[in-house]
Amino acid sequence: MEVPILRQGQYLIASIQSALTDADLSHLREALIAQVGRSRCRGVIVDVTALDVMDSFAVRTLRDIAHMARLRGAETVIVGIQPDVAFAMVQLGLTLKGVATVLDLEEGLAFLDGRTKERTLEVKPKRPSGRG
Amino acid sequence: MNTKKGTTVMTRPSEGPGSGLTESSAGLLRELVAHLRQNRTQLREEWARRITRAELLTAMTEEEIFAEATAVYDNYVEALETGTFEALQAYSRRLSERIIPRGVETDEVVGIVLLLRDVLARSLFTKYQDNVEKLNRILDSYEPAANRIANTVAVGFVEERERIIRQQQEAIRELSTPVLQVRERLLILPIIGVIDPQRARQLTEQLLRAIRANRAKVVVIDVTGVAAMDSGVANHLVQTVEASRLLGATVIVTGLSPEIAQTLVTIGVDLSEMATVGDLQGGIEEAERLLADRAPPSPPMRGELPPETSR
Amino acid sequence: MGDELRLTIAADVDVVEARQQGRALAAVAGFSSGEQTVIAAAISEIARNILMYAKKGEITLSLVQNGDRQGVSIIASDQGPGIPDIERAMQYGYSTSHGVGAGLPGAKRLMDEFDLKSVVGQGTTVTMRKWRRSI
Ligand SMILES: Nc1ncnc2c1ncn2[C@@H]1O[C@H](COP(=O)(O)OP(=O)(O)OP(=O)(O)O)[C@@H](O)[C@H]1O
Ligand SMILES: [Mg+2]
Repeated sequence: MEVPILRQGQYLIASIQSALTDADLSHLREALIAQVGRSRCRGVIVDVTALDVMDSFAVRTLRDIAHMARLRGAETVIVGIQPDVAFAMVQLGLTLKGVATVLDLEEGLAFLDGRTKERTLEVKPKRPSGRG
Repeated sequence: MNTKKGTTVMTRPSEGPGSGLTESSAGLLRELVAHLRQNRTQLREEWARRITRAELLTAMTEEEIFAEATAVYDNYVEALETGTFEALQAYSRRLSERIIPRGVETDEVVGIVLLLRDVLARSLFTKYQDNVEKLNRILDSYEPAANRIANTVAVGFVEERERIIRQQQEAIRELSTPVLQVRERLLILPIIGVIDPQRARQLTEQLLRAIRANRAKVVVIDVTGVAAMDSGVANHLVQTVEASRLLGATVIVTGLSPEIAQTLVTIGVDLSEMATVGDLQGGIEEAERLLADRAPPSPPMRGELPPETSR
Repeated sequence: MGDELRLTIAADVDVVEARQQGRALAAVAGFSSGEQTVIAAAISEIARNILMYAKKGEITLSLVQNGDRQGVSIIASDQGPGIPDIERAMQYGYSTSHGVGAGLPGAKRLMDEFDLKSVVGQGTTVTMRKWRRSI
């Protein structure tokens, strides 16, 4: 099950459509990282609304995506974690520490808009083209 | 209900009808069952009449009483015949399920079963009154079985009642801890009373759903009304805070007593990582500030992206 | 014990299949959607461990009854390398594969009953149960 990745302005949006195997998840990670590098985008949204379960592998993969994207200059936000899924995650001891999570796609876009503006202000004077 | 007759003493039957019976008493029981079958129509009508006259089951119509009486009668005879009570048990559970919501009381149910016992005993008396010795033997084999049947029905009823009461308590609990929306995107969860693991779980599920339904950004959980918290429940509180964050909501905990704070520290919670404010009022003010910060998307997001190394 | 579902775990699609079957069975047993997710998550962890450490194995799902309590039982077994130090493996954060180390202790926390038996060189069996909360 391939996860479609759309480009919208400065952001990449990956919306997961169904339950994913580990290979699907790894593939998503590779694809996202490659595209972040190529497209020089500023933000990544991973929409997990359709994920049935977030187990340790899924959490690890999402964390990896966030870290690797950050290294390439893009902020990541996870959107759409379902209430039941969130509750099961924390009982498993999985918390996605250090990764931004918001309610849904709309919130995700607002979040990234906020982050990128803020960062542009901070970063601009020092290194105009710090990515790549 | 107009039929409060004080407490009812339930007989505790010693043995099942089949146990300890001699050959001839088994025969007697068979004879008895045949008699009850033959006179089914008349006896169950008599029973229904007596029920109405005794002003039992007043919440039900006469037709309903007759329909239930028929079913109980047949189950009764079957239990007498086979000495097994499963069918009767199952029936009395279903019966209780139907009549409890209508306000039928325990003493009414015990009353109607005792009435049936009486109706049947009278009929046996009429039939065998010319042969007192046989009558006595028949009644000897009938009595214990009849008692056990009365008991089965009554216990079934009481158990069902207890189950329903538990269920209602459950519903009340849910109502008693509402998730309140005080303004757009701000929820308050005031927790009051004793929290056991089951209730804690319920609260969390409710809160998480409410966060999603109301698109809440900030939640104030007020635990002022919580007397004590064991480490299990404290752990749960931490999980709730984390799960809320996964849905994009920041949690502020207010009203932590020193004891509960101590419990949290003992189980290894870093209180500096949990947003806590002294009282509910202060918590709401802090929440308002967070929401105001959020409205224009430029200023820094508090508490959102801590650096990965902070552990 | 009536319905029993045996699933072979030998590829990552099997992990997804196992947790989805587990969720369906939990639904049949009358678990709430929250609990179904919890059960599915526990299965996912245990199934992935089979795949990751033993390459292949089997998961058996079944309904269980205790008095009038209904529940689900999950038995995961493999003939893999086994676990030398069970106590450590059960600790949160312990992982021999740079994982989170959350699978075993997490699954234990999610379920009501959890039993891990493992013999080095022979294999590992995890038995888990979850009961419906009464009423
Ligand atoms: N079926 C198994 N066979 C052999 N070893 C196992 C098996 N299951 C678990 N282990 C061992 O127990 C350790 C802990 O397992 P656990 O699932 O808790 O964490 P993990 O798999 O390392 O990481 P995570 O599940 O968080 O991604 C594993 O690293 C592995 O060494
Ligand atoms: Mg694992």
